[in-house]
Amino acid sequence: MRAMAGKTLYDKIWDAHLVAEQDGEAILYIDLHLIHEVTTPQAFAGLRANGRKVRRPDRTLAVADHNIPTEGQGLGVAAVADEEARLQLATLERNVADNGIEFFPMGDVRNGIVHVVGPEQGRTQPGMTIVCGDSHTSTHGAFGALAHGIGTSEVEHVLATQTLRQKKAKNLRVVIEGTPAPGVGAKDFALAVIGEIGTAGGTGYVIEYAGDAVRALSMEGRMTLCNLTIEGGARAGLVAPDETTFDYLRGRPSAPKGGAWDIALASWKTLFSDPDAVFDREVRIDASTIAPLVTWGTSPEDVVPVTGAAPSPDAFASPDKRASVARALEYMGLEAGQPIASAKVDVVFIGSCTNSRIEDLRVAADIVRGRQVAPGVRAMVVPGSGLVKAQAEEEGLDEIFRAAGFDWREPGCSMCLGMNPDRLAPGERCASTSNRNFEGRQGRGGRTHLMSPAMAAAAALAGRIADVRDYLR
Amino acid sequence: MKPFTRLDARAAPLPLANIDTDQIIPKQFLKTVEREGLSRGLFYDLRFDDAGKPRPDFVLNRPEYAGAGVLVTGDNFGCGSSREHAPWALMDFGVTCVIASSFADIFYNNCFQNGLLPVVLKPDEVQDLMGECQGGNHMVSVDLAAQTVTSPSGKVFTFEIDASRKAKMLNGLDAIGETLTAAPDIDAWEARRTLTHPWLEPTR
Ligand code: SF4
Repeated sequence: MRAMAGKTLYDKIWDAHLVAEQDGEAILYIDLHLIHEVTTPQAFAGLRANGRKVRRPDRTLAVADHNIPTEGQGLGVAAVADEEARLQLATLERNVADNGIEFFPMGDVRNGIVHVVGPEQGRTQPGMTIVCGDSHTSTHGAFGALAHGIGTSEVEHVLATQTLRQKKAKNLRVVIEGTPAPGVGAKDFALAVIGEIGTAGGTGYVIEYAGDAVRALSMEGRMTLCNLTIEGGARAGLVAPDETTFDYLRGRPSAPKGGAWDIALASWKTLFSDPDAVFDREVRIDASTIAPLVTWGTSPEDVVPVTGAAPSPDAFASPDKRASVARALEYMGLEAGQPIASAKVDVVFIGSCTNSRIEDLRVAADIVRGRQVAPGVRAMVVPGSGLVKAQAEEEGLDEIFRAAGFDWREPGCSMCLGMNPDRLAPGERCASTSNRNFEGRQGRGGRTHLMSPAMAAAAALAGRIADVRDYLR
Repeated sequence: MKPFTRLDARAAPLPLANIDTDQIIPKQFLKTVEREGLSRGLFYDLRFDDAGKPRPDFVLNRPEYAGAGVLVTGDNFGCGSSREHAPWALMDFGVTCVIASSFADIFYNNCFQNGLLPVVLKPDEVQDLMGECQGGNHMVSVDLAAQTVTSPSGKVFTFEIDASRKAKMLNGLDAIGETLTAAPDIDAWEARRTLTHPWLEPTR
């Protein structure tokens, strides 16, 4: 028992949402439920089969993002070529209409990747509990909200009850301190954390990110960091809200206004871990020592500095690990010990809920401006939402990308998971700002290297994995 | 949900760590609006070659493991996305128990929603069991009430499981129905919340 110890931020949000306990499980209230086309049809079907209704349509927001094509969105769902995708999209449209749920359909400027849309609309707010049938829901933790992915049965549970049955997780604090070198940012922090703790290192924990290097991040950077929390095995990541958070939220469509804003703000300012709070585990990372990172293998923990090399299986003690490294090298088409910067890329993808916000596009555009994509490289930018796209176009970023030879596309998940027509051909190598380099993730046989938007931009120009520090202005 | 009490079945060994949900059920199978029929996509890239032909050496394609009801596998099984299609695909294929030394969180949780039993054994026990299942006899028995796994040679391993989850599995209980018995608590909680967090109401 930690009878008198202070509370962590996670403890505070948990306690504030505890409705009841039943046979050792907590019933936790859910403030915001985000839904999309892929993980909900079976949940709505389950509700119908049991004669149940959506308890709080007003606390539910729907988007179409995973399946949608990234061109011709204005033509509507009926024009989507893939028959199964079309059925799934139409099913979502029917389900939200039947249940009175707010929905930003494909082609609506407010539509986009669910984890870009929630924050952008001001729906995501500090201290909330937020769930979505998508594991990167951890993104919303950047606002000091307890946010995590759930499965479809749980989606049905939340629709029916506005609660979730949960066991409390343990507290892990990741402290990132120091000033990062130019060209190093939130994506590199996140990859450094996963490299440090491993893909299962966070299992059973909620992570709170702290330290001056985290405080110095913009909201976009914090979202990138929290987004990748799940790749370290932890369901949720948190950053305590501060002025950066409040400035981001002020004036957003669903943010509180007038007197309500002041009341909300006073409450949000209590959302931090008490100085005497006890964490079950702590990891410290020195930001000043982080180089731009890329993944070499098929797990997000397979990270190397861009100046490094693919490992040799012999460097590992356990036979299992040796076998898995050998398998990953073979899949990735890399030699043991090969410098990672020698790997030629065929495709560059800037997008996904990890890195498709306006700041990500600005950073990439800054590298690309006035330069050319290397011959033979297929490079694309997929903004995270219609609003991000519009903002970028207002700033002329689309022109910069287009002039350099990038394809400028309409918003959606796109090549992050290749459910729509944007995908890799077998053997193609991709510099990607997304979050998963699993075998076949971006297309069967496709080879994914995860990296920051700046690094992906540099790779597009070089035609191979390249050190962004050689391209800084 | 179908109750899980006891299972006597063939166990297929899959000695790989970090099998992610993209491998369990690749994205092209996620476009369904049904829960059924996903077995055709289970471990698709491992089971079938580029031409769509079964790979004869993949464990679930080998005749001696036909009808396997148990999968024995490595660390961190089910990492990656939250897709519940992963347990649905396993169940649709006939696998109702997965034994591993560890599981990813969301996958582990999703299993319990569907009557698929995830069993955590110690790494050396998993090794042991894996070794036995690679031999001539692959029949194991899993007893949830007793919390035991009996290997083909008769070794008995015990496993831990959360008591409330165990009870729900044994009885095949519907979590929504159970939570709805607390509806008055939810109503009361919402009413209090409206007072303490007025800016949240209404949200639009
Ligand atoms: S962008 Fe990728 S990771 Fe993010 S929600 Fe879409 S598919 Fe999932």
